[in-house]
Amino acid sequence: MPEEGMEDSKVGEERPKWNNKTEYLLTCIGFAVGVGNVWRFPYLCQIYGGGAFLIPYLIALVFQGLPLLYLELAIGQRLRMGSIGVWNSISPYLGGVGVASMVVSFCVSLFYNTIVAWVLWYLFNSFQEPLPWSQCPLNHNNTGMKQSTPVNYFWYRQTLNITPNMETSGSLQWWMVVSLATAWSIVYICFIRGIETIGKAVYITATFPYLVLTIFLVRALTLPGAYEGLIYLFTPDWEILKNPQVWLDAATQIFFSLSVAFGGLISFSSYNSQKNNCERDAVLVGVINSATSIYASIPIFAILGFKAHTNYVTCLNGNILALTNEFDISDMNITVENYEQWFDSLNGTHPSRVSDLNLKTCDLQTFLDQSASGTGLAFIVFTEAVISMPGSQVWAVLFFIMLFSLGLSSMFGNLEGILTPLHDLKLVPKWMPNELFTAIICLLSFLMALIFCLGSGNYWLEIFNSHVGSVPLLIIAFFEIIAVAHIYGIGRFSDDLEFMTGHRPNIFWKVCWLVISPLMLFVVLVAYVVAQAQTHHTYAAWNPDYVRATTVNAAFSNLSSGTPPPPPQSLGVSKLDKTQSKKKKKNTIIFYIVE
Amino acid sequence: MLVRILVLLYLAGAPALAQTLCQPNASNGYRVRISIKTALGNQAYEWNENEMFLFRATMAFAMRRCYKTETYNVDNIIVCNQTLRVSFWFVVTSPENSTMLIPKADVEKAVSMSRHRINNAFLLTDRTLEFLGIHPTLAEPVNPDTPPWLIVFGVVIGAVFAGIIALLVSSLLQKRRKEKGMMEDGQDEEDMQVKGVENGNVLDGIYNRGFTDDDRFTKL
Repeated sequence: MPEEGMEDSKVGEERPKWNNKTEYLLTCIGFAVGVGNVWRFPYLCQIYGGGAFLIPYLIALVFQGLPLLYLELAIGQRLRMGSIGVWNSISPYLGGVGVASMVVSFCVSLFYNTIVAWVLWYLFNSFQEPLPWSQCPLNHNNTGMKQSTPVNYFWYRQTLNITPNMETSGSLQWWMVVSLATAWSIVYICFIRGIETIGKAVYITATFPYLVLTIFLVRALTLPGAYEGLIYLFTPDWEILKNPQVWLDAATQIFFSLSVAFGGLISFSSYNSQKNNCERDAVLVGVINSATSIYASIPIFAILGFKAHTNYVTCLNGNILALTNEFDISDMNITVENYEQWFDSLNGTHPSRVSDLNLKTCDLQTFLDQSASGTGLAFIVFTEAVISMPGSQVWAVLFFIMLFSLGLSSMFGNLEGILTPLHDLKLVPKWMPNELFTAIICLLSFLMALIFCLGSGNYWLEIFNSHVGSVPLLIIAFFEIIAVAHIYGIGRFSDDLEFMTGHRPNIFWKVCWLVISPLMLFVVLVAYVVAQAQTHHTYAAWNPDYVRATTVNAAFSNLSSGTPPPPPQSLGVSKLDKTQSKKKKKNTIIFYIVE
Repeated sequence: MLVRILVLLYLAGAPALAQTLCQPNASNGYRVRISIKTALGNQAYEWNENEMFLFRATMAFAMRRCYKTETYNVDNIIVCNQTLRVSFWFVVTSPENSTMLIPKADVEKAVSMSRHRINNAFLLTDRTLEFLGIHPTLAEPVNPDTPPWLIVFGVVIGAVFAGIIALLVSSLLQKRRKEKGMMEDGQDEEDMQVKGVENGNVLDGIYNRGFTDDDRFTKL
């Protein structure tokens, strides 16, 4: 029975408290708002019919996200313990839920901090003129590299030094180890005194991204092509709502974006005083998280529109140069504006010569259709766009500091989901000060995360990303809501809420907790598992001998093997055609966790 | 008389001879393509005879610079087939024998060596002043001794470690101060307790420290 746990759970030692409400809210918001809000949500908006995607997204937020969020904050605040303690208090049989939360938090923090380390690496490299990803290194002839792009080269060769497949481990990349050590050191220094130092750190890490997003918004809207990008993003395609995959993805996105089921939110709210209006907190955090996603997609898409426009102009200029050289027309007589007329007239008079030139078809729509999410968006597409902007260094530094802040504040929640349960389990020896314990955990995580610094590290990370943080979280959340609504009892929970917030939860919350949210979670879970089981497990590999990547059938797949290798497709920027998006989606279940 | 006729014939024939030396797709010639408007935009100059003269003079300079023993002149650079693009072919004749062409490889060597000077003479770049067949050698990227990213990393990690040490030390000091404070409090209470017993007064409500394990306070 949980009554005894009401006051301080530690004998003789008071539970740490938040300095003020602002720190608590900023920490929760920082945990929920992560890199996924910047690089996952805009991508989903793009492939799922722009503005129309907001409808399933907001429905999922209201009926699934907010109830779960409110539930976690309330239960943590009431029972004043971390995830293990809370679920153990409700029923000893539910202790596994807490342990699962802790293990998932640990695994996620391993690879999430590696992504933060990649961001740090790019940040360190942004202080150079010219930017290192703007030029290929010269080959022995000093005539430059022909295949691939400098941006791809910098990411796959100079950052990851990626091996051709997962079986080839490669060696530890020392520069990655160094970046990872920096990332963990920064996480440690913010955690050194628990929520006291975290509370100070989030004043910066939770607010700085908004500042940068606003700066980018202003800058991006003045770039050519921004308008086309935004139109493309927000033009609603209402037909897409008939596709069940859209609803599934919206529910999944909301769920992972709010960072529920990690245990971190329970820990954070357990440090509150009991008389705190957690209902208002939950609604605030949920709404701010979604608003941030929408707000972030505007500069992202303005910049992607700019990039598409730049690519389009470059493509056209290539054609113009070819035509000018072939027909010895005076320089700059053919321009982007009159290209069409010139082309038609030349094609009419000398069709064979024109066709021999193998001119590329330049279509702005094709360039806009090139979508990317996850690390592909940040490290390949965006870095390429930044090169074309005047003052590239400034924009690169700002962008990567923003990503770093977003990742760091999410890491706080991840690590909190590990530390607090361990404290509650009384696994920490009495003689060990908290600082030492935190240091040990950070060191352990750093050593285990070294696997992601190998040559094949990126493949491992993608496995962790797509499998560790998806189905387990869905299961945990499902059990959480069943536990509170049915085992703890909705009546008792309502009494607790009345004690804490001053009023009973209204009928909307009750219906959601009892029926709607568990149902939605169950449907999402089943659909997810079915989708995973139906696909051949593949991963996209980078073959250094060829320009483009191939997809490799993963060795651990228990489905039918022996299928011939699929045709090569380019990595990083997946050209998703709107008509083909459904087919391709089955094969690329990536980056759900990085929300 | 005969000599005069021969001289006249030679003077008439020389340009014709020169023309036959320079032809499109000549085995020892190179094609040049110039894009002035692309490079200079509004400040583009017009390509005319004077610019062509400058080109021939620059090429002669490049040949002289590469082959220091021979003195090339403007006449040794023969240009033909100029188009509106602007593009043209040129060949280089030897100073000693004006009918002999300098081989392609030698011309390429001279051009590559003085490419920068040739570009600058026309305010153009490798991309806008093209010698078809001669690939521009890209400039060596500046390779500093310490990669800049290491410097930034060093600063960041130094600050972080300094912060960690500072925070740890201050926590330690705080704990020591708290323990010392508790020690002093404990001793005060003990004295008070002793006083109380001596006076025969029993102070109610004061926690009797005499029955706790206060060894840590009274270690000598």
